[in-house]
Amino acid sequence: MDVTFKVAGEAGQGLQTIGEILAHAFARAGRHLFAHQDYMSRVRGGHNFFQVRVADVPVCASRRDVNVLVALSDQAIVEHRSEVVEGGAIIYDGERRKVTCSGRECFSVPLQRLAEEVGSRVMMNSVAVGAVWGLFRADFRFLEEELTEHFRDKGADVISANAKAGRAGYEFALKNYQGACCYPFEPLTGRRLVLKGNEALALGALAAGCRFMSAYPMTPSTSITEFIAAEAERFNLVMEQAEDEIAAINLALGAAFAGVRSLVATSGGGFCLMVEALGLAGATETPIVIINGQRPGPSTGLPTRTAQGDLLFVLHASQGDFPRVVLAPGDAEEAFYLAAKAFNIAERYQLPVILLSDQHLADSYVTLEPFDLSRVTIDRGLTLSAEEGDRLGGNYKRHLLTDSGVSPRAFPGLGRALVVTAGDEHDEEGHLIEDGATRNQQMDKRMRKLEVLRAEMAGPKTFGDASAAVALFSWGSTLGAVREAVELLNGRGQPVRGVHLSELWPFPREKVSEALSGAKQVIGVEANYGGQGARLLRMETGVACTGSIRKYDGRCFTPDEIVEGLGKAVR
Amino acid sequence: MVTSEDFGKFETAWCPGCGNFAILDAVKAALVACDLAPHQVLLVSGIGQSSKLPHYLRCNCFNVIHGRALPAATGAKLANSTLPVIAVGGDGDGYAEGGNHFLHALRRNIGITYLVHDNQVFALTKGQASPTSDTGFHTGTTPWGLPLPPFNPVAIAVEMNVSLVARGYAGEKEHLAGLIAEGIRTPGFALIDILQPCVTFNKVNTYRWYRERCYKLDQSHNAADRDAALAKAREWGDHIPIGILYRGNRPAYETLVPGLKAGPLVARTLDPRAIAPLLPRFEAGTVAAS
Repeated sequence: MDVTFKVAGEAGQGLQTIGEILAHAFARAGRHLFAHQDYMSRVRGGHNFFQVRVADVPVCASRRDVNVLVALSDQAIVEHRSEVVEGGAIIYDGERRKVTCSGRECFSVPLQRLAEEVGSRVMMNSVAVGAVWGLFRADFRFLEEELTEHFRDKGADVISANAKAGRAGYEFALKNYQGACCYPFEPLTGRRLVLKGNEALALGALAAGCRFMSAYPMTPSTSITEFIAAEAERFNLVMEQAEDEIAAINLALGAAFAGVRSLVATSGGGFCLMVEALGLAGATETPIVIINGQRPGPSTGLPTRTAQGDLLFVLHASQGDFPRVVLAPGDAEEAFYLAAKAFNIAERYQLPVILLSDQHLADSYVTLEPFDLSRVTIDRGLTLSAEEGDRLGGNYKRHLLTDSGVSPRAFPGLGRALVVTAGDEHDEEGHLIEDGATRNQQMDKRMRKLEVLRAEMAGPKTFGDASAAVALFSWGSTLGAVREAVELLNGRGQPVRGVHLSELWPFPREKVSEALSGAKQVIGVEANYGGQGARLLRMETGVACTGSIRKYDGRCFTPDEIVEGLGKAVR
Repeated sequence: MVTSEDFGKFETAWCPGCGNFAILDAVKAALVACDLAPHQVLLVSGIGQSSKLPHYLRCNCFNVIHGRALPAATGAKLANSTLPVIAVGGDGDGYAEGGNHFLHALRRNIGITYLVHDNQVFALTKGQASPTSDTGFHTGTTPWGLPLPPFNPVAIAVEMNVSLVARGYAGEKEHLAGLIAEGIRTPGFALIDILQPCVTFNKVNTYRWYRERCYKLDQSHNAADRDAALAKAREWGDHIPIGILYRGNRPAYETLVPGLKAGPLVARTLDPRAIAPLLPRFEAGTVAAS
């Protein structure tokens, strides 16, 4: 089984609810899934969709072809009809729609009437969910359990009414749909997670001991902020909604200076406002983790869409040279473990770590094996012991010159050591200086940290035919689509290797060069106009991409597009 | 017993005769009065001549970028809510570059003592108009004379009902030390706007100018009366009241934050397994075999 559902309609029609219920019901039936969301920057109306791919094996990207379209609006029929494959189905309410749907694939289900018959039109979405379930002649139990779970907080009456509505849709489809395909579903054995990238990032941050977050709401990162805020009391943490992103990062730096693992989350526009304080983190060697959920720029751009256009910006943002780390998780699993790693690196090396995500990763659901919490450790790096702090007192040097460049940290008010630092150039004690020799010592000390750090950066993930002459070079959230494209290509006898990098800076030069060695053609795959990852690759290794597959329309890559794009990109 | 000597003596980058010297003495005297040793207090400052103050006494110091002392101080206070935090800056730093943070610090009523060295001019950049410059002030950027009215920080602070609003004068060092000490002792936000002559770039608002105008508020002023406080906060020109203008009655922000009920954040023990209770929510449900 490898089937794609698309639920399309206006904002506010509940298509996310339909999508989520279906996705979870299939997961309950032991299926793997990948789901992505496409929504407009508005609260009601417009045109949005929620696309769910369900398969027997793990899947990590959306496909272009749609098997079942649930069209909740006229525009949904018009816009997506052509995506529906031969033998697929379009579920729509023929009694309500103005657009006629007359092909073989069209299957009218009186969603509103059936909902009204069992109680209220409010339950139209449960009718639709039931109809999809009926199309597959799947066991109703799975859906019933999921509806029960979904409406648990709303009480027994709501649960039973929605189960009734679901069954009405289900039975209507069983009775009236001719082309039904039949998949025998067995209950999931063992445990499996269904979650989206932002949830994985937030869980990773919490596991890593993040106890302070500040943020100004901005798509697509707001759901991280709300997730952390919802856990404030359970974890006794602080999530402070800031007056702007400048405040957000400075709040977090204050908390980090005082000794708490601190996080900010934003998108490119908010990151722009944080740039000066990013340099402050570098100068004062204050650890901080910054999540930039990218969306297409410049300026407000496409506020609810996806892009990978901030790579070179986050890498170079702020004046002067200072060490920083850039990690770009490829999927929700990496998002969890890299978020945890980010906090350790930030504190061990006392610098800013940027987690470069994007709307596609942020909002896409995927099934995962349960997280292994034993893989998450908390290493707060070099800190001054209480006794040492008391002994040193006013002689403590926050920016002590060391071979590694890392100076032991102490925290204000937690001992007798006086902690002094400044964004101005400073001496070992943290006081302001203007002489060249001390300046050089402190610059050299800070920059030394990068070289030790480079060895800690994981090399690229490689897949496909490792000896293939054609290599796809990619980074960040394109991982799933590229991986599947490479499988498709190799499967049809076209040897290709995938080289995908998630730990971008400091750039693991040797590891990347090695993974690309022998490749005659290197094709950069990325969601931006200028090929920023390809430029970084050339800058760091000298390897120039011979071709590229790029998109900047704000939509995620499908494996199909990459396969097609490769035809044009290879010489 | 904490003494003034505990805070040490440092060479400064200030001009001879600068009001900053008196403010530094007053800060030390206030810390002595509050019995706070250098390691028991955090000073957070922005950029400007005034923001160098934390480097000129022994203390914990986070000297950040221009205009951002308040958010950094707020973050530190939220991280360690038992630590006395003093934010220091000038009128340009706090009311121009950091204006939005000033408004929201007032709104939060976070437990910080905020010292603003208000010399009504940008000094470190060598003499430009500031948000508190008087109308008609001539500078390099306002050669035609500033056409705007001055920003009134104390009136806005009174209006926002913060815990303490005071105006001090660098020429009245002991009086100022008393105000700063009162700010440190008061839970919630304490704004101490300090009139400070800039001997180099402000030839209008001089020691003499202030001396002729400043008068100390006495018992007749009821600082708990917001309307009376607002009237005093608006007083400017021939007569300028110094002293405690207002005492508000809002709780300190850090006492309202749910995540701090269990004590300061810095005391948390961290354990990755703490997220285990969250995970069932994300687990795909199973269905009992029929």
